[in-house]
Amino acid sequence: MSFIGPSGCGKTTLLRVIADLEQATDGVISVNDMTPNEARRKRAYGYVFQAPALYPWRTIERNVGLPLEIMGFGATERARRIQLNLDLVNLNGFEKKFPWQLSGGMQQRVSIARALAFDPKLLLMDEPFGALDEIVRDKLNQQLLELWGRTRKTVVFVTHSIPEAVFLSSRIVVMSPRPGRIIDVIETNFPKNRTLDIRETPEFLQVAHRVREGLRQGHSYDD
Amino acid sequence: MIAALHRNPLAVIATLAVSGALLWLMAHLVTVKPGVLFWISVLVLWALVWIGNDALSGISTLSPVATRFRNLAVPAIFGLTLLLLWQLVVKGFGISPVFLPAPSDIWVRFSTSFATLKADFIQTFLRAVLAGWAIGSLAGFLVAILCDAWGFLRRGLLPLGNLFAALPIVGVAPIMVMWFGFDWQSKAAVVVIMTFFPMLVNAVTGLEASGHLERDLMRSYGASYFDTLIKLRLPAAMPFIFNALKINSTLALIGAIVAEFFGTPIVGMGFRISTEVARFSLDMVWAEIAVAAIAGSAFYGLIARKQGERGDVQHEEISDGRGGDRGIDGWNGLGLCRGGDDPAQMGDAGPVCRLLRG
Repeated sequence: MSFIGPSGCGKTTLLRVIADLEQATDGVISVNDMTPNEARRKRAYGYVFQAPALYPWRTIERNVGLPLEIMGFGATERARRIQLNLDLVNLNGFEKKFPWQLSGGMQQRVSIARALAFDPKLLLMDEPFGALDEIVRDKLNQQLLELWGRTRKTVVFVTHSIPEAVFLSSRIVVMSPRPGRIIDVIETNFPKNRTLDIRETPEFLQVAHRVREGLRQGHSYDD
Repeated sequence: MIAALHRNPLAVIATLAVSGALLWLMAHLVTVKPGVLFWISVLVLWALVWIGNDALSGISTLSPVATRFRNLAVPAIFGLTLLLLWQLVVKGFGISPVFLPAPSDIWVRFSTSFATLKADFIQTFLRAVLAGWAIGSLAGFLVAILCDAWGFLRRGLLPLGNLFAALPIVGVAPIMVMWFGFDWQSKAAVVVIMTFFPMLVNAVTGLEASGHLERDLMRSYGASYFDTLIKLRLPAAMPFIFNALKINSTLALIGAIVAEFFGTPIVGMGFRISTEVARFSLDMVWAEIAVAAIAGSAFYGLIARKQGERGDVQHEEISDGRGGDRGIDGWNGLGLCRGGDDPAQMGDAGPVCRLLRG
């Protein structure tokens, strides 16, 4: 599921409220039948931030192992999960490197591996590829989709890129700013094993058009 | 001429060796009031060493080992030249040794009084400085953690800490002698007072230094206060803590020496300086100063080296464009593997840079 909308419409805030990093002023949020606070304490979600937020004094493997250390996994189990998740994001061989030795795209993949390491049911992603160039972003979108196919996790994805939202999602929520509100909810029916090529198909362009219409409608309140 | 030398390391070394040896010889043979010709040749040789050293510092086609050796040699040659000129001026103009002793006189004094200097060094540096530095820094660090855990302490104690830092050492030292006696313990106490506050302030700032994303990450794991402290905030504070340790290494030496002016048993670097000044044997004072300078910079250098081994410091230096210090040039700061996600240029800094240079 993707949330899309212009800056300031509250996509990130919504995600942060789900993650219990911020308090809602009103209303009830339920995270897999728990309150956000319970969900956080039960370690029910993994969060991928806009920036990789890797700790520069830790090697790649120790960065991925960080949540496992905190959650009290044993050394052998930690090593197994680090290996497994670095494989998932195609980064084996980089265990002993430091973050600064990796490119921006690789760093963000490390942060995805870190979020998956403790096997949370839910993956929250806040514009994870926003700072990357188009080519790297396409590649990571493809990889994320494959990852989603393999792990079958619920992914809540925040973005301001229309093609990214349409390509990745089974459901797209279009939001508008000031006041933040939901304009449209779009279900998509693309095949699970889709590739970047579907972005040229009429069905894809149709959904993208509907998203753009929704965004434009939201913007008209501004003028 | 310098440009020509740049391309020929052998010529550089030959220039340095010949002009340096001649300057050394002249410093040895100099007598009072030599002729104008003597001073002119000194100036010419000095200029030659200068040009040679300039060329040496500019040679870029060296192996890593040779580069490291060169980086040591340039300041060493600079310092040795200064010593030779000092020797020449003092001897050539017949300056009184009370006003300024020649380096050779200081060296003679250094080797004949080595046992005394060693005893002073042990008393002042190994006892007062090291003990005071360690206790003061550790106490500052522990109080910083308390301040961090307890907001009231931070708001109540830190402003008072400013008062603490402003205490004049010449006023505190006699009081410490009254409290802890004449021996090194009272000097260590002065050092503790001097080093406590810089560590406190730096560590408190350092504990606040982690970014909000990094802290959100810990929160998203449901991490405890201690987990966050040990795994995030202390590592993030390390650059600040190391800086305080470096500042404190210098403060500690000054504090211990000055404190010895106010009563000590008849040993110690500060004691020796104050009594030898009174006896006009300035060569001994200079010998003590030399010991203090060597010990102080070695102490500082050791801490700085420990700090430089940390991965995040390397990261910071390289992204600040100071990678040249680590033999990394031509890096644009975007990532050591250039061309987006291509792993072909990935790896440790050294090999990658060689790869990028072609």
